[in-house]
Amino acid sequence: MAPDIDSIAPTEAVADSIDLTPMPGETLVFDKPESLRSTLTHYCPGCHHGTAHRLVAELLDEMQLREKAIVIGSIGCSVFIYNYLDIDAVEAPHGRGPAAATGVKRARPDKFVFTYQGDGDLASIGMAEIMHAANRGERLSVVFVNNTVYGMTGGQMAPTTLIGQKTTTCPGGRCLEREGAPIRMAEIIASLGGVAYSARVSLDSVKNIRAAKKALRRAFEVQTEGVGFGFVELLSGCPTNWRMTPVQANNRIRTEMIPYFPLGVFKDVATLNTEGE
Amino acid sequence: MSRVLFLEERCKGCMLCAELCPVKIISQSPRINRQGYKAVEVLEMDKCTGCASCALICPDCAIRVFRSKKGGGE
Repeated sequence: MAPDIDSIAPTEAVADSIDLTPMPGETLVFDKPESLRSTLTHYCPGCHHGTAHRLVAELLDEMQLREKAIVIGSIGCSVFIYNYLDIDAVEAPHGRGPAAATGVKRARPDKFVFTYQGDGDLASIGMAEIMHAANRGERLSVVFVNNTVYGMTGGQMAPTTLIGQKTTTCPGGRCLEREGAPIRMAEIIASLGGVAYSARVSLDSVKNIRAAKKALRRAFEVQTEGVGFGFVELLSGCPTNWRMTPVQANNRIRTEMIPYFPLGVFKDVATLNTEGE
Repeated sequence: MSRVLFLEERCKGCMLCAELCPVKIISQSPRINRQGYKAVEVLEMDKCTGCASCALICPDCAIRVFRSKKGGGE
């Protein structure tokens, strides 16, 4: 097991010691979802993993999937997801999340199985696994967090790094001639046969976060309804490795990432069929 | 009247909420929490509209929003 996260972060009791009971005449309109543990996360300030975790946890609560959900963790900053989501978890080797998830889902088809992967994990070393799992139409949901950089290992170039973006392995900026163009995963996945839903959303603003939750819900629904493979790409920030403040990082998503990675739904079987939703 | 509650020990001082707040009442406090970050604070809580934008953008679930029922008084 990994070193106990509690040894590097204050324990749950600290955060929970504050009284959250509403005063008379008041209602608590925003609270932490139950599926999200109150453990403090190891993420940097402004990291969108926290937002993504919360959206997933809210949906697990709302869709009442918590008791039968199994998350396949990946390698990257989100490797500690089993500490943050209060559900069963399996840790896959780097990039092998969809392969491990296939095994879990086929062994226990009654369970709700999803992977949570970053762009280094999914789009680079795990490209073969994601492509084949999607093409086979496994009844899985994939949460793909794209922050255009390898976060945990110190900011190396990923397949999704934008042209001109400086990282530790391309200090002069990514060059189209040398390293090729950034991979647009949501479009590629949408073109595969077994895919029921593929979308790209962003976590940079309140409006986009609301849209992100809707897309994630749909990606979870295609699995619970047994339709096929659900995929959501979440554009997110990595202020530390982008050498930016969290506010600047959110602006970069808006001004640089979204123009190259357009937001939208690229495939939805519900709208392909005669009736829509 | 609405109010927001910041769980200071959870806050990492990323200031995304301060940037977003429509009435700009969120600022950084001089206090350093156990994680080593300067948490945010609200000095003029009576201006809060209870829109919950700050809670939605907070990556660390450090914000709780209370809204009073319409016509329910204080």
